[in-house]
Amino acid sequence: MTLRTDIEPATDTDTEPRQSPTIRVMATTQLDEAEPIAPGPQRDQVGMDFAADQVVFELEALSCYYGSFRAVRDISLQIPRNQISAIIGPSGCGKSTLLRSFNRMNDLVDSARIEGRILYHGVDLYADGIDPVEVRRRIGMVFQKPNPFPKSIYDNVAFGPRVAGFKGDMDALIESSLRRAALWDEVKDKLRTPGTALSGGQQQRLCIARAIAVEPDVILMDEPCSALDPIATLKIEELMRELKENYTIVIVTHNMQQAARVSDVTAFLTMGDDRAGYLVEMAPTDTIFTRPANKLTEDYITGRFG
Amino acid sequence: MTSTTRQQAAPSADLVRRAISGKRVDIGARAFEGVLLLSLVAALAILVTLMADVIGRGWVIYAERGVDFLVSANSRDAAQAGVGQALFGSLALMAIVALVAFPLGIGAAIYLEEYARDTPFTRFITVNIRNLAGVPAIVYGLLGLAVFVVALQDLTGPNSNGRSIISGGLTLSIVVLPIVIITASEALRAVPGAIREAAFGVGATRWETIRSHVLPYAAPGILTGTILAMARAFGEAAPLIMVGGAASFVAAGDANLWEQLFGPYMAMPTLIYNWAGLPSQDFRALTAAGIMALLTTILAVNAIAIILRNRYARRW
Repeated sequence: MTLRTDIEPATDTDTEPRQSPTIRVMATTQLDEAEPIAPGPQRDQVGMDFAADQVVFELEALSCYYGSFRAVRDISLQIPRNQISAIIGPSGCGKSTLLRSFNRMNDLVDSARIEGRILYHGVDLYADGIDPVEVRRRIGMVFQKPNPFPKSIYDNVAFGPRVAGFKGDMDALIESSLRRAALWDEVKDKLRTPGTALSGGQQQRLCIARAIAVEPDVILMDEPCSALDPIATLKIEELMRELKENYTIVIVTHNMQQAARVSDVTAFLTMGDDRAGYLVEMAPTDTIFTRPANKLTEDYITGRFG
Repeated sequence: MTSTTRQQAAPSADLVRRAISGKRVDIGARAFEGVLLLSLVAALAILVTLMADVIGRGWVIYAERGVDFLVSANSRDAAQAGVGQALFGSLALMAIVALVAFPLGIGAAIYLEEYARDTPFTRFITVNIRNLAGVPAIVYGLLGLAVFVVALQDLTGPNSNGRSIISGGLTLSIVVLPIVIITASEALRAVPGAIREAAFGVGATRWETIRSHVLPYAAPGILTGTILAMARAFGEAAPLIMVGGAASFVAAGDANLWEQLFGPYMAMPTLIYNWAGLPSQDFRALTAAGIMALLTTILAVNAIAIILRNRYARRW
């Protein structure tokens, strides 16, 4: 017997102010089948549908486990191409776990496993015969804490192309990567100095340059600004807006202002009674922040919890 | 102190000074500090006494014979006996340890830290490697006797009943293997997981990650640990006595280096052990001089380890 949270929509959608959906916790004996969460009052679904050719990731009832602990429960959503998708939610709700399942980074944790499917351009990332190394080459990652290699700036950016067997003009690739990461002007005269000697914000842009040097399709960002000051944060956000022309970006953040500032679509996750994170709703960012369909979302973005 | 204090005028400087000045005499803390200091002094005093005693007895040998003592072969005649053969034996043993224990130990550590899944079995192995590091060296000596001297005699020394430098070196390798594995594991573990994630994140394989990042960054730590293990092996007498490194006299024949590896030998600790057991007073000074040579070598090796560690130490 396990507790399950179901969300019941408000019945009256005509009167103002809008009634928030009520939440009912009820006991149920079966868990595995994901019941579609009932529609909110103004939109007809929890997730968003995009045109098929615009979908980069499609999650089908994804659950992530660490050993017997379920960190993420039954998430189904789509990530659109060349847009910035933000995943927000309170601490511990599985945002990072979810993000790290997108490029099989969780494979590195012995006890981690998933249920459900993640389709990347229609291909199941966890199917037999999929090489996680090739997956990560196409789906790059920028981490919470800047983690440059204790090597020169040049070698930091060059490592990815080298292991990928890049045979072209390395110097040109380094320059273009650093330019696209808006770091070139600051480091062009000291490419041989250690990347670890840069400031925190520069280190994070170096990590972004390192990620884009292998010409990925997607860049996953796991709270990329949480260790940075506001000015460095703004620079990274500016950079993200530029990068989305060429890349699909998924960013996990616990900073709602950041999600509101940079993202095109936002997915809000929260934690159930079983401490597993689940998707409350996903919508265009301005909709989430102005007309959230779910009371939980509203409470979170107005700072009432989280 | 009540909340009304807030509304009163600010206290005068004089009042504040009186409140925060003064010396508290904590007898317990002082006594504890004294005991700690005494422990340090006692430990150092024992060491200094030992060194002073050894140097006092042995110095005369170096004063009279100088380098001759370090290069001469052993002899029944105290005036002629030197540590030359034993130094050669010990250095040859070290070379074998370096060739055998380091690759094996570092390889095992890389496997345990980077490849093995974290299962109860892996943890069992890790705990037991730590236990093995605490097993007395004489036990490894018995193992070496059974395996390298007796069972593998045809390989390790067909003409010396297996009592060869090869047998001794292999035995010492086993003695220090757990230490090498443990120190190398710790050095690998000290490389932050974020570095591995960064490498995996740009599409590196596990081996590329280890070769390009984890190993280079852990190298100073691994090196320090293995050099210290080397110093430990240099000073071990017990296992060598078991596997035949305690020969009193080795004929200084015309065997070449390769043949010597498979022949009888002596090592510094065992030579000192032998000399110390001789009844003749003349060998007292020789023993002390031998100990000086041994300690100097070990101190030098440790100093190299410390210098390397300080030079390449990495902060994350």
